[in-house]
Amino acid sequence: MTTLTEPEAQLSTQTRTEPPAATEPRWLLEGRALTRTFRVGGGLRRRRHLHAVDDATFGIGRSEILALVGESGSGKSTIARLLARVHPPTSGEIFFDGEPLSRLRSRADVLRYRAAVPMVFQDPFSSLNPAYPVSHAILRGMSLHRPDIPASQREEEAARVLTAVGLSPAAQILRRYPHELSGGQRQRIGFAQALAYRPQVILADEPVSMLDISIRIGLLNVMAALRDEQGVSLLYITHDIASARYVADRMMVMYAGRIVESGPVDEVLGTPRHPYTQLLVAAVPDPRAELTVTAEMAKGEPPKVIDPGPGCRFADRCPLALPVCRTTTPPLLELVPGVEVACHVAAEQEGRGEESMAAVG
Amino acid sequence: MSTLLEVTDLSVAYDTPNGPVTAVDHVNLAVAPGEFLGIVGESGCGKSTLLFAIAQLLRAPARTTGGSVVFRGQDMVTMSARALAPTRWRNLSVVMQSAMNALNPVARLSAQFADTMQAHGVRDKAAIRERSEQVLELVGIDRAHLASYPHQLSGGMRQRAMIAMALLFTPELVIMDEPTSALDVVAQRSLMLQIKELQQQLGFAVLFVTHDMSLVSHFSDRLMVMYAGEVVEFGSTRQVFDHPAHPYSQGLLDAFPSIRGERKALVGIPGTPPSLSALPPGCRFEPRCPVSFAECATTRPPLYDVDGVLSRCLLHDPAYSSHATTPTTSREGDDVDRT
Repeated sequence: MTTLTEPEAQLSTQTRTEPPAATEPRWLLEGRALTRTFRVGGGLRRRRHLHAVDDATFGIGRSEILALVGESGSGKSTIARLLARVHPPTSGEIFFDGEPLSRLRSRADVLRYRAAVPMVFQDPFSSLNPAYPVSHAILRGMSLHRPDIPASQREEEAARVLTAVGLSPAAQILRRYPHELSGGQRQRIGFAQALAYRPQVILADEPVSMLDISIRIGLLNVMAALRDEQGVSLLYITHDIASARYVADRMMVMYAGRIVESGPVDEVLGTPRHPYTQLLVAAVPDPRAELTVTAEMAKGEPPKVIDPGPGCRFADRCPLALPVCRTTTPPLLELVPGVEVACHVAAEQEGRGEESMAAVG
Repeated sequence: MSTLLEVTDLSVAYDTPNGPVTAVDHVNLAVAPGEFLGIVGESGCGKSTLLFAIAQLLRAPARTTGGSVVFRGQDMVTMSARALAPTRWRNLSVVMQSAMNALNPVARLSAQFADTMQAHGVRDKAAIRERSEQVLELVGIDRAHLASYPHQLSGGMRQRAMIAMALLFTPELVIMDEPTSALDVVAQRSLMLQIKELQQQLGFAVLFVTHDMSLVSHFSDRLMVMYAGEVVEFGSTRQVFDHPAHPYSQGLLDAFPSIRGERKALVGIPGTPPSLSALPPGCRFEPRCPVSFAECATTRPPLYDVDGVLSRCLLHDPAYSSHATTPTTSREGDDVDRT
């Protein structure tokens, strides 16, 4: 419990920039076999379960941006909410710096975790209280999460985090009300708020999708700067694959509640191995390239995952589907060092078809 | 080339306590039958206001302050609401931005389709049913969904149902205001392909507003770029993408990370669009422009014709051509033509 009982020591910038000690766990924040189901449908007899996230195993490294991409409804936001402890997982466990979250008991522990792993939301227009100036949003969080900072110095710290996200002059911005700020500025405040807690991992759920194209890049650059200068890790949830490539180190693709592929960004996008990733890559509009996707390919919708049976959930849309795909769920296998793919066909191409198809469930 | 829609010097102002604010400033455009015209720009640049002005759907405090919108030979600006009613939806339909809000959540699709047709004088129940099924199948939704409520459909299906409704009377012009912005990439792509397919099949013209320039790159015939209420660039889509003439278009294109090629740092466009109530006296893009020079702050540029593309930038003026250098944000490998 070192991190959770001595946050100041662990969280200071000095400690973070040092190379990880040999005993440090590989992942800073890790999900193991995370599953979250929601009960849907009325009636006591016909109780059904929607599998929002199914058996997700993944990790976020130190000072790393992990992009989580997928269609709406694929479970991306549920992953963020599980990590933020908005929902408890139905099964599986989350580890923070090697410690399971289920061991967090006291309110102080939970607060410390929330400060270390804050969330930035999609809509900068509704995530700030319109009745208070910007300073309120930042100072209030600080009084809760940064007991180490005396009240007299909070304003100074608030100015520091505002400068870190590219808002200046900080003193002026602090006195403004949300309606006096542009969407891009408001979203920067979202990041400043998170940064004020000296976080280790920021969970950013579609932080730029409501912003204008010309402003998005600025925010993405802020995210990169947080990683490079403050040593913060980020989970960047998006459906904008090009922006994920721009800013992220690794990428994880979800489809219908399951992780189907993960690996270094250039590897995943340059050589997509899962057929769904291939479709995703082909669907990205790129004015500099020829149109390659056809209406036929892009057809279909992600399935509703209510009481799903075994088998690959992409099978109905997959051009390569084999009979086995409908009966056996492909496990996430590390087919190439660092790249994990959940696809029988891809596994077969790497000579590991038997292992993939033998999986139970 | 015959003209279906001709917009001349159209201006729209919003009345505010501090006087009127011009949101659309002397816009000219013409749409030929069957043409796909894309309109792009940042939020607040007036693109949606322009669409609403064309469809004459503006509500106070917005009002048309000048110009004309001639559709099928009639000026819609001077027509009364009663005279407009038969034209709307029959000849010109609008697909709104968010299908989540535009469909009635407590009515089945069939009821909403029937409402529309009845409002236009179709009384025959069988005819209504048949046409509703036809348009739904046109957009690739099973006819069984006529009995569905909006919440039973996915986002992509709702958006397609909206398009189906717009096609009930086979209009000549469909106006679309960011119809795909709430969808994810794959659904977005599939919807765009479907719109294009329908357009080719049924021959209607499309006015398509979006903030995502890359979205229309493969679909629109011509592209209009708006900034702070004005047209800043207008030309064939390919030409605007390959050789953007205006620094703002260039900036918009540079703001897109690509999923191919080398990863490189991008800057976007620094700053934000000017407030429409406090516009710069010269070029409206001058405060954010990477290639501006002294005269830009004082002289309002007209639209220059640059090889068939209209561009509102002083760099195209022979008098200032000495300032024309390749802008710092130029994309690699692109030969920026500024003569």
